[in-house]
Amino acid sequence: MSLMILKPGMLSTFQDLGRFGQQHLGVSVTGAMDQRAHQLANLLVGNDPGLATLEITLTGPTIRFTKPCCIALCGADLSATLNGQPLAMNRPLVIRAKDELSFGVRQRGTRGYLAVHGGFALTPVLASTSTYLRSGFGGWQGRALRRADEIPLLRPLKSKGLEELAMDLWAIKLYLPGIIAEPNRTRVRLIKGQQWNEFMAESCAALLTEPYRVSPDSERMGYRLQGPALLMTTPRQMISEATTFGTIQVPAGGQPIVLMADRQTTGGYPKMAYVASVDLPCLAQMGPGDTVYFKAITLEQAQALEVSRVQAFATLAQSLQPVRTLLLNH
Amino acid sequence: MTAPPFSLRQQGDHCLSIDFGDSISVETGLICLTAAEKIRNAGISGVTDVVPSYTAVAVHYQIDGQTGLPSFHSLSDQLTRLIESGLPRSAVSSRQIDIPVCYGGDHGPDLNDVAKTTGLTEQQVVEMHCAPGSMVFTLGFAPGHPYIGVHDPLFALPRRDVPRTVVPAGSVAIANRQSTIYPTRLPGGWHILGATPLKLFDVTRPQPTLLLPGDQIRFVPISPEEFDRIAAQQHQAQP
Repeated sequence: MSLMILKPGMLSTFQDLGRFGQQHLGVSVTGAMDQRAHQLANLLVGNDPGLATLEITLTGPTIRFTKPCCIALCGADLSATLNGQPLAMNRPLVIRAKDELSFGVRQRGTRGYLAVHGGFALTPVLASTSTYLRSGFGGWQGRALRRADEIPLLRPLKSKGLEELAMDLWAIKLYLPGIIAEPNRTRVRLIKGQQWNEFMAESCAALLTEPYRVSPDSERMGYRLQGPALLMTTPRQMISEATTFGTIQVPAGGQPIVLMADRQTTGGYPKMAYVASVDLPCLAQMGPGDTVYFKAITLEQAQALEVSRVQAFATLAQSLQPVRTLLLNH
Repeated sequence: MTAPPFSLRQQGDHCLSIDFGDSISVETGLICLTAAEKIRNAGISGVTDVVPSYTAVAVHYQIDGQTGLPSFHSLSDQLTRLIESGLPRSAVSSRQIDIPVCYGGDHGPDLNDVAKTTGLTEQQVVEMHCAPGSMVFTLGFAPGHPYIGVHDPLFALPRRDVPRTVVPAGSVAIANRQSTIYPTRLPGGWHILGATPLKLFDVTRPQPTLLLPGDQIRFVPISPEEFDRIAAQQHQAQP
């Protein structure tokens, strides 16, 4: 046992890059809502990006560490403290046995990510450690964390030489490229879908100019948006087919739903557009009541941005090699 | 080997869909299944999931930062060549699966309504539902949740006006000339004819879903006693 959950927080679940290769069986991909913060947290503690992090929602947990380890916190700023002292985000930090991590007021964003060097001891289910809440498997016992859960770590640190390690880690200069560190945008980029032209001109204009509010019942499965109704010129029934992370589907009422990490694998609503992958993290950090504006880009632009993002992560992983080496040699 | 007509479209920057038709039929469904199998077996770099549905196959992919591939355009070229090289007439292993169903009573609260709406007797509804020729088109909505069709036009019933908030696991229901079986307790708006004691999804099984796209389905009527007996066996089989 290495992590003791004193308070579970609102919704704390283990998530990774997603459960791929099972969508044809109806199994949702799940995974981290903000893949950017998830990957960054892993890289900062010398992990591969595919290890699970703890996704923390709005109200964070209180965690007591029973063994030394190295952690990083990324994503939402939820006023993290360690033994009552403010804790730096986006950095590898050395934790001592008996340290207590807790969270306070939400400053910015909705979802924080806690990575631990070496990873949490979780059993993969269907090749992933992501928690699939609705089906109750994956992650930690297929559910969100509860009080008194005890989570073992795969690679806690040795007690000896911790101070030196902490100083060495602190001395490493970190440079986060813009596409990874980019502050949250309010204008989320989208790609028009095949059914875009079946919507009324006013509706198309509205989606690209008017504010849409994230409704209170938005969660990991989808974000319901409230704004000017989006209506088809000639409404028609669609044949169900596969969905994607970021699909903007429009039920008959005209209030759009953006499908997120826990989306169903297939759906039958008209699909107006798709959020560009590079901006899904921005959307994932929005919460109920936040306002989003959309902007259209081409598929080619979206894919070029995605390539830049993947490359930036590869470069970052390279530049963080000293962190990895320090931790692996400890 | 034949190459069916098809068209490609983007579904955002990490999914490409191939359309093989615009109406639901067993023929189009089989084309989607054989195309999906061929694409999956091609092992295209970056492709994570291949998801057949009634008239389309979705190919989910992830772009590699080093090469910038696959892009929509590179993947389109690859898939076009692959499909144009022809699809086998029946690459899909067509398993024949019997699904025992206890019709009516507590297990099938809508059997009587369906009989009234269709102008059939309950017995005739059951016989029609058990007619051979049904196939699993796709799994979706929830793990292991099948869409089975295409039934007689008499079963072209719209969904219930007010969906049920809870449908018990194993419920066998129809709507729009199709059947589904609820793998777990779920909300649902289909008309429930009966229930099967079989487990549709069990994550601890090597093959977690009971059914796979392409399976030929035969519904077999059973009594409430048989239902209980099989349900007890299923329960015992748990580790």
